[in-house]
Amino acid sequence: MIQHLVDGILVGSILSLGAIGLTMAMHMLRFANFSHAELLSIGAYCALVFDGVFKAVYTPLGDVIGPLSLTWALSLAIVISMAITGGSAILIDRLVFARVRAKGGELSMVFASFGVAMIIRNVLGLTFGLKVQLYSQDIVFAMVLSRDPFLLVKPDQIFSLVAALIIMFAFHLVLSRTTFGYSLRAVAENPQLAQVSGINLNRMITLIWIIGGGLAAAAGVFYGLTNQINPVLGRDLLLPIFAATIVGGIGSIYGAALGGFLVGIASNLALLILPSGYSPAMPFLIILAVLIIRPTGLFGEERQ
Amino acid sequence: MIGLISYLIFFTTVAAILSIAVLGLNLQWGNSGLFNGGVVAFFGAGAYGTLILGGTAQSAHLGGFELFYPLALIGGMMCAGLMAWVVGKLTIRLRHDYLAIATFGVAVAFENLMRNAEGLSGGAQGLRGFERPLHAWLGDGFTYNAIFLVFVLILLIATYRFLELLIRSPYGRLLRAIREDETAAQSLGKDPAKIRLASLIIGSVIMGLSGGLYATFYAFISPQDILPILTFQIWAMLIVGGAGNNKGAVAGAFLIWAAWTASGWGLSRFAPLEMQLYTGSIQFILIGLVIVGMLLWRPQGLFPEKLVISQSGRAKHVKNRE
Amino acid sequence: MSDIAIEARNIVAGYVPELPILKRVSMQAETAKVTVIIGPNGAGKSTLIKAIAGLVKVTSGQVLLKGEDVTNPRPDQMGGYGLAYVPQSDNIFRSLTIRQNLDLLLRNAGAERSSRLNALFEQFPPLADKQHQKAGSLSGGQRQFLAVAMALAVNPSVILMDEPSAGLSPKAAQEVLEHARQLTAQGVSIILVEQNVKQALRLADHCYILADGRNQIDGPAEDLLGDPVVAQIYLGGKRVAAP
Ligand SMILES: Nc1ncnc2c1ncn2[C@@H]1O[C@H](COP(=O)(O)OP(=O)(O)O)[C@@H](O)[C@H]1O
Ligand SMILES: [Mg+2]
Repeated sequence: MIQHLVDGILVGSILSLGAIGLTMAMHMLRFANFSHAELLSIGAYCALVFDGVFKAVYTPLGDVIGPLSLTWALSLAIVISMAITGGSAILIDRLVFARVRAKGGELSMVFASFGVAMIIRNVLGLTFGLKVQLYSQDIVFAMVLSRDPFLLVKPDQIFSLVAALIIMFAFHLVLSRTTFGYSLRAVAENPQLAQVSGINLNRMITLIWIIGGGLAAAAGVFYGLTNQINPVLGRDLLLPIFAATIVGGIGSIYGAALGGFLVGIASNLALLILPSGYSPAMPFLIILAVLIIRPTGLFGEERQ
Repeated sequence: MIGLISYLIFFTTVAAILSIAVLGLNLQWGNSGLFNGGVVAFFGAGAYGTLILGGTAQSAHLGGFELFYPLALIGGMMCAGLMAWVVGKLTIRLRHDYLAIATFGVAVAFENLMRNAEGLSGGAQGLRGFERPLHAWLGDGFTYNAIFLVFVLILLIATYRFLELLIRSPYGRLLRAIREDETAAQSLGKDPAKIRLASLIIGSVIMGLSGGLYATFYAFISPQDILPILTFQIWAMLIVGGAGNNKGAVAGAFLIWAAWTASGWGLSRFAPLEMQLYTGSIQFILIGLVIVGMLLWRPQGLFPEKLVISQSGRAKHVKNRE
Repeated sequence: MSDIAIEARNIVAGYVPELPILKRVSMQAETAKVTVIIGPNGAGKSTLIKAIAGLVKVTSGQVLLKGEDVTNPRPDQMGGYGLAYVPQSDNIFRSLTIRQNLDLLLRNAGAERSSRLNALFEQFPPLADKQHQKAGSLSGGQRQFLAVAMALAVNPSVILMDEPSAGLSPKAAQEVLEHARQLTAQGVSIILVEQNVKQALRLADHCYILADGRNQIDGPAEDLLGDPVVAQIYLGGKRVAAP
């Protein structure tokens, strides 16, 4: 029970990071972006590549940090990966979404995003192989946090959770303390008024992709660190991330963050009653439950 | 020679079955602007429904109702319709992202359920114990397949005719009016949500028919047949054919199915051995490129509707009735 | 002849290309004066203001700001021309606090930021008291004051206000309108769309009447206030269908 709860919180933090970017882009551009989760894959593989590069360039970077399997090289690679994934998100927007948008195809964007997702996922598969990969071959033993109730946690999991919380808290400070954060919230609430208040919408779209891509990259690396990396990582996380945005209410950044934790916890607790084979279907049940009980989610607004 | 004809019959049967699903999607997307991200779930509901209702008794899973075949097929279609009703009821009044996400989710959940609920669906092993209708008289060979193809083609034409009538009826005009301008349609005193929900359900029932025929053809269905890629293939067929155009939808289905089979055959035959594992990835990239490329450069599809002709045709039609 | 702050010449504009809402509308607003636009519902008053602000595409005609052509500005660059726009509804960010709303508008003010913020708070003391509350919690009148304060934050020479008194109590409406009047003392030119015709005419300098997307009558506000035809149509005389 406690173990499931803790596991749920750990996975939840990863879902939250993914859902924050998704909910922002979905709200601003008004389409369900089915390629968002592929940004997690891009981030995970990008960090894998740069981890290797840094270790090759300067061997001491290959040392692990404390009890973690995380190396100095990988920590640097996370930062690079966030930047590159943010850049990829903008590139995808320029190449595909912006053009479909310009044609006035708001609904076609959803199709386009599926196509983009398939291309990214399979290009990653072709490039890196379909096999499972790990950031570190070393076996890191889980720590027994308590014997009664029995609770096992890996140091990497604690690192991922703490890092995810720090990233989210930093983003919270940006939203609540800086005029840039106010403009993000202003655009989310009322794009037209934001525009007459002097905010350049196209610039905001670019920034939202950078932030969304960066957060997704961090989520992807943390997932890789605590689980494994494979080309279908994005596909497997897509539905839980969508569920998190719906739980929080589409467009609500804080809702998405909280929604990620709720989906993570609910999916893990469900394993107490359901066989584990059913876990991919859990997010759908959560979506159904939200739609029945409170379609606007926790913090969503009533709008078409 | 007979081998080639057999293959052609096989190919045409599958393409015609998929065409029916594309027609269903065209009603939802092309005529009502409803995004269905889980075509395969409704297709699968039809397939599993038909086999469970029409199959012989099995110890391993549900079934053995041995319903008269047409009833089993209709039962399968109703399963698909019921699923569409649940999803649609919950999402149709919300902004369109919700329908997209929920339909995508239903497909994931449906495949997951069929894979795990062995007592219901036979699990990963699939659903067995279905006897193809009239199989005692017609055997299993060439004749059966030829006659089954005729049966499928008749249903394809019937579906096509039905949809053409539907979109020319007052209901069809209302659908398009809502697609163009929801508020204006609302002011006519109609509830757009109800009309769109009906379209979602009818389209899904048609997808269920397609799935039922598919399962009948193979007398077998398993989770392997209802993977998400089928949804993408059916979309690609519609986008290539031109959304909104029923003839184009059928043409797109044949074209994409031919391209898919040919690329699969070509890759398995000519790709180097070490690449064989990746032929699926290459085909998926191709489908992705077709979808994105069409949306960017030819959003109206390869066979866009010739508006002038169809409008004058419609005008004539109206005059005749007066 | 006093100088013209902003001028619209033969504006044709609408929401879809084939269906112009404004059919060659012209108007002028003098510097540091209140120019009021009245007319029946659906006349195109809001559309005219939006066309000037760049939110509705002008298909022919010109907008001149101090003689300079500013037709179809990008809405986010309007402030750069010295133009501010207060929309008819949803004119504040409800999820931000009052202070954050103003900070957002003052974000490019650099070193002057805090002095300008203080100046705005001096003008609108109730806003200063509630600066850390969510703007969504303000009363109708206070919301309008916040919206006006946000418009003033960019130091505009012209403010376009769309029915700032709509939905307010008569007292609050009067306060908002009087405040608009006072702004002209700082040299700001005001274009005001109003439903409260009598009140608006009393404090305006010049008035335009629009109907069906066309200019009907215009003239000094006091003349129109005394005009029997205007009185009959707009000032609560016998109800006559709009021309
Ligand atoms: N967003 C819009 N899209 C299409 N038509 C609109 C829109 N807003 C207003 N209209 C139409 O433009 C005309 C003028 O509206 P508006 O300028 O708001 O009138 P007013 O402010 O004078 O009451 C009306 O017929 C209205 O239906
Ligand atoms: Mg108005």
